[in-house]
Amino acid sequence: MDKLKDNKKDSPTISRRNFLIGSAAAIGGTALLGSYKDASASKEFSGWPDRFGCLTDLTACVGCRSCEKACNEANNLPKPAVPFDEGSVFKEKRRPTAQAYTVVNQYKNPKDMSKPIYRKIQCNHCNEPACASACPIHAYTKTPEGAVLYDPEKCFGCRYCMIACPFYVPAYDYESAFEPKIVKCVMCHDRIKTGGIPACAEACPVSAVTFGKRNDLIKVARKKIMENPDRYIDHIYGEHEAGGTSWMYISGVPFEQLDFPVNLPKNPLIEETKGFLSAVPVVFTVWPAMFGMVYAALRHREEIEKNSRHKKEEDRHE
Amino acid sequence: MSNGSLTKTENFRSWFMNKLLMGMSWSEYSRRLITPFNIVAAIILSIGIPVIAIRFMNGLASVTHASNEYPWGILLGWGLFGGVPLSATGFVMGTAYYIFGFKGYKPLVRLGILTGFMGYLFAVIYLMTDLGRPWRIYYPMIIGFGTASVLFLVAWHVATYLTVQFIEFSEAILEWLKSRRVYKWATMVIIGMTIAGIILSTLHQSALGALFLLAPGKMHPLWYSSYLPHLFLSSSIYAALAMVIVVSTLIAKFMRSAADNNFLGNIDRLTIGLGKGACIGMFVYFVLKLVGIAHDNNWHLLATPYGKWFTVEILGFVLMPAMILTYGVKKSSAGIVRFGAFYAVSGVILNRINVSIIAFNWNLPDHLHHIIPPWQEVAIVAAIATIHILIFRWIVNRMPVVREHPEYREFH
Repeated sequence: MDKLKDNKKDSPTISRRNFLIGSAAAIGGTALLGSYKDASASKEFSGWPDRFGCLTDLTACVGCRSCEKACNEANNLPKPAVPFDEGSVFKEKRRPTAQAYTVVNQYKNPKDMSKPIYRKIQCNHCNEPACASACPIHAYTKTPEGAVLYDPEKCFGCRYCMIACPFYVPAYDYESAFEPKIVKCVMCHDRIKTGGIPACAEACPVSAVTFGKRNDLIKVARKKIMENPDRYIDHIYGEHEAGGTSWMYISGVPFEQLDFPVNLPKNPLIEETKGFLSAVPVVFTVWPAMFGMVYAALRHREEIEKNSRHKKEEDRHE
Repeated sequence: MSNGSLTKTENFRSWFMNKLLMGMSWSEYSRRLITPFNIVAAIILSIGIPVIAIRFMNGLASVTHASNEYPWGILLGWGLFGGVPLSATGFVMGTAYYIFGFKGYKPLVRLGILTGFMGYLFAVIYLMTDLGRPWRIYYPMIIGFGTASVLFLVAWHVATYLTVQFIEFSEAILEWLKSRRVYKWATMVIIGMTIAGIILSTLHQSALGALFLLAPGKMHPLWYSSYLPHLFLSSSIYAALAMVIVVSTLIAKFMRSAADNNFLGNIDRLTIGLGKGACIGMFVYFVLKLVGIAHDNNWHLLATPYGKWFTVEILGFVLMPAMILTYGVKKSSAGIVRFGAFYAVSGVILNRINVSIIAFNWNLPDHLHHIIPPWQEVAIVAAIATIHILIFRWIVNRMPVVREHPEYREFH
């Protein structure tokens, strides 16, 4: 009888404790993850409808580096050590740096050795940018106009965006001790907003870079490929790569020969982490209940054992 | 009046000597500091601290590779990715003791929590050395919320968990300071804190693996697996058990005077128990690794050079230490288990280096040449690791970590 009473007295204590643990965790959980729903909300998002983009025709580029020069001037970047009309820079493969938003590299042309292929590199302004998905402070924005912009005032310099970018685009200003920041192409966003076009596209003497609405550019590219099947391979790079990009390319040789990453999934890279992020709320809700229960159950058993020990001792005394 | 202030000074003096100098006088204490270990530590610090100062005055480019292709080097590869799984000790020991009721492991619980707390604290210190603008470290909490970012989750969870572990360890600090009122409060919240610790650890241990899911094009397919979060979590659990063995072994060997008989007398038995847990965890992890290859059907890659290195990792640094641990447990030999534990810990570090440094950007030309760190980066890592050990030792010497405080025994 005594034992029964004891048990009764105990059980509410346990459940109250459990309840407290559960509710504390629930509050903490909401605070910590209330906002992860964003990760899956973007599932339906297929990009801003009227966003702009560029189409680079790699068969047209002559490697004059006018785009590099125009970009440098339009964006007030530091003057390079080697002037823009110097051809020796093609001896090595370059990449965008903290001093240059865009660079042009030279490749051998397997079809015609006398006419090398030139590849212009700059930010591709992804439809769903991996850099923006990576940033823990939301320093990146995909603008409705198409450009992916970065705000140095928010950035604390973890450089996860550089890890995430499948195109090796963001560069970091490692030289600066107190104001280091990410540097990358902004698709001349200010010029576009006032009706202009990117400086590189404007400067190109052979119209290798076409500016326009992304949807139109895809049509232009298709048409070019269809009308010149000997000149182009049947692939618009950037139409689908990593969820699609605002900057796209057409080429006469397979893109892997020009060091384009060709091992990228068709889906935006954020899809790769969605599964993990969607498990987060489950852990927050199931774990406390499960481990709280285990704790309560073990304490309960201890209690029963203690009581039966008491009882035995009492019996012995009697 | 002057008498009163004299007593006060005297009181402070005795408090200072008791608490900070471990009951010795200044001269005695400073004489005791001259040991071979401390001399080596002083040399490492005298090189590393100036390098850290240069990094903060002249920027990252002055001391690191500062590469646009390789934004993360050994500061994070070793300090964050290597350090965090070895700091799962707090959550694993806390869960075992407070939740599952493994009461016999009491002598190792506080050691586990301290190892975990210090590990996280120093992971943050490595991170802050590497961040471009470390003074903005709180930005993910206040300035902008990158809610779709795995790193946002890591930032929040590591910050919260650091607080949780501090509260868990505060029990020992309060006993050291003999504060009874706050102490009672601290012991009351410990179950809640332990469960919070399980949630946060589960998520951010796996999140560290999930960070790399965003770079499918850059990772070697053998290390890039959709199982990365599970692999990171699973290996952190056995890493924690092995790490408790490693730390307790070092204390039993080099810091005997800080430990009581309850610790020293039970350590062999507990080591074997932990070893049993660790080897089960390692076999689970090993199978998960194989499932990961099978899931992506990457068997053919094992014959490539990177595949051979992968094989070295999973056979030489997972299966092999797991078998040594199993053998040690079977033979009830604490010595063999200890060897297996050191081996297992090195395997976890190797795995994290492989994921974050070797497998990342493997397809870039001259990759293996690029990942060799400059000596300055090594000096920074060595200095931070040395400070880590010194502070850890300072705490274990003074606070009741591997010994019970006589006045508080009744509470436990």
